[in-house]
Amino acid sequence: MSESVSTAEAPLRGLPPGDAEPGIWQRYGVVAVFLGPALLLLGVWVVYPTIRTIIRSFFDRSGDEFVGLDNYQTLFSDDTLLTAIKNNVLWLLIVPALVTAIGLVFAVLLERVRFSVAFKVAVFMPMAISLFAAGVIWRLMYEKDPDQGTVNAAVAVVKDAVTPSGVLSAAQPSTDALQGGPKGGLVLERPLEKGAVAQLGLTGIRSSDVPADAEQAVVPEALAGGITGVVWRDFKPGGGIAGEVEAEELGLPGVTVELRDENGRSVLETQTEADGTFAFEEVEAGSYRAAIGPDTFSEPYAGISWLGASLITPAIMLSYIWVWAGFAMVVIAAGLAAIPRDLLEAARTDGATELQVFRRVTIPLLAPVLTVVFITMLIYVLKVFDIVISVAPGSVQDDANVIALAMWRTSFGGVNDFGLGSAIAVFLFLLVIPILAINVRRFRREV
Amino acid sequence: MTTAEIEAGQIDIREPTAARIIRFLGRTPVYLLLTFLGLLWLVPTIGLFFTSLLEPAVIGTTGWWEIFSAPSLGTLDNYREIFDNEAITSALVTTIWVSIGSTILPIALAALAAYAFAWLEFPGRDWLFLVVVALLVVPIQMALIPIFSLYNDLGLFDTILGLILFHTAFGLPFAIFLLRNFFIGIPRDLLEAARIDGASELRIFVRLILPLGLPAIASLAIFQFLWVWNDLLVALTFARDTQPITVAIFSQLRQFSGNIEIIAPAAFVSLAIPLVVFFAFQRYFVEGLLAGSVK
Repeated sequence: MSESVSTAEAPLRGLPPGDAEPGIWQRYGVVAVFLGPALLLLGVWVVYPTIRTIIRSFFDRSGDEFVGLDNYQTLFSDDTLLTAIKNNVLWLLIVPALVTAIGLVFAVLLERVRFSVAFKVAVFMPMAISLFAAGVIWRLMYEKDPDQGTVNAAVAVVKDAVTPSGVLSAAQPSTDALQGGPKGGLVLERPLEKGAVAQLGLTGIRSSDVPADAEQAVVPEALAGGITGVVWRDFKPGGGIAGEVEAEELGLPGVTVELRDENGRSVLETQTEADGTFAFEEVEAGSYRAAIGPDTFSEPYAGISWLGASLITPAIMLSYIWVWAGFAMVVIAAGLAAIPRDLLEAARTDGATELQVFRRVTIPLLAPVLTVVFITMLIYVLKVFDIVISVAPGSVQDDANVIALAMWRTSFGGVNDFGLGSAIAVFLFLLVIPILAINVRRFRREV
Repeated sequence: MTTAEIEAGQIDIREPTAARIIRFLGRTPVYLLLTFLGLLWLVPTIGLFFTSLLEPAVIGTTGWWEIFSAPSLGTLDNYREIFDNEAITSALVTTIWVSIGSTILPIALAALAAYAFAWLEFPGRDWLFLVVVALLVVPIQMALIPIFSLYNDLGLFDTILGLILFHTAFGLPFAIFLLRNFFIGIPRDLLEAARIDGASELRIFVRLILPLGLPAIASLAIFQFLWVWNDLLVALTFARDTQPITVAIFSQLRQFSGNIEIIAPAAFVSLAIPLVVFFAFQRYFVEGLLAGSVK
């Protein structure tokens, strides 16, 4: 090498073309200068480790003892590693297809509108962000508490619109006059007839849980033909007397009061006012019980546990699709733009519907581009790592495991078994080769 | 005016206003759908940004959307805090050095090698090129364990140089592939002329090939820079105290809810630079992507 460096500048200088050939050292010296540094780095950092890892995978954890295929056996028998393989298979089956499909839909939608730049940028932006940062973003999105996690907050809004959550999830009866529990509702023991006034006192309500529009509780007038009553917070600073409506005690608005017949069936229903009063204006003769309906006590929505063991893999997949949809969209849109317009027009002139044009003309012409996106995604999904380790909390990483994560955790994440870690790396390598081979063959055919 | 524009104008004139309105209304659902989807795609990043602005006192318990109804919850304290935090700032500096080094070095080496593969004659050239391209298949995982041991022996563990050399080596195959294919498209006459004029190969490379190859080099530089800036796996394996920002944030994730006031602003800073690069060089980015996806 040293001679060649010194002659690097020499070749051809001052030599008229076709004159004496430069010496062999001069010629290959130039090649060595240009090629040497790159080959040296590739040799030390890529080729040597690859061979070394393959050899290492046949040795035990300490590296002293040859164990044959033992590490590979462990790979297919250890529970955590099997989960990793299973999850990676799921990733391969689901994610590339979904990313390609979503990219196709976006690209087709984009074709139909004029001002598409903003949309393109919005969808493509996550591509510039690291998968790790995307993981942090989605970890935040998936927080379980609907007051904090965006996804659950959105679910809560929808859920509240369908089934509102109760106003008083922790309330208790203030006296024995009320019986029952949150499940069946609280029932006033005393039977009621026309003209009765029911007093339903509750305690155990935090001041912060009292609805903001609550006013001083009032015992309503009796109605000749109906039943009236009040639901109130039977508590004031200092205590007060249980079972009596007193000054400074607030009515509880928005509580559902049911009137139940002797068989316990709910016959009438109403809501309390700001001062806690309610009225059933016309009641048929008979004996009734007043009850506070169970939905008053239903717990507020607690949120879906996206980061729990059972949903973690789909949750991570979703965030991964968020990142890669833009890539698929841009590549497919470029493919769409390259389709000759006349071809589509010709099909339309021949009377094909839009759907037929799409399925019979657009899709077949797009097939090569779709394949590129799909295969690119296969390769990336096979090696997925950053987003899994950042979205999944430590406690569920066993459930969210994938091959690349298992390799890292086995080698550096505490287990520190270089033998098994090497075997996992080789396994990953073997999986990548056929996919890339297909890609190269396809590429060469196209060129 | 071009013919196409004139034609388009004619079509517009011929089309009755009613038909145009109907066509626009027909597209309205598509516009609405795209607007909705676009917003949906923006929400997570916006969410991180507003979370990073929340008061430390409420950050672990309050949703970022509350900031719209109560702007007083917003503050720059978290950012002030992380820029006073030695661990975070030094991690940012490390990331900057590693990213710059790991962009310049592989592109310089790859350009040299690509020139040799494209324009220098030597036996076995095409085979060697094929071998280099074949190295694209090797996943990073194949190198982690031996290089970890090697770095421990050489004292390269936990150094910026160690990270740069690793990123450089793994960036080379694709960079060489891309640049060689670009360089080979440079007209032969240009090179021959320079050679006849007596220019040395190095001179040809610097004066002719590099300027002509600039578009390809630019795309490559953007990709390599983003790739290294965003890396977690390599940094997590070879860095401990001299850690890039991704690792610094990663180590905070263990107590996610308790550390959001550090995690959110730090994550936002770490993704702001790639975003700036992306918006500044969007054209190169997309072109590079289209070229890269055919690899």
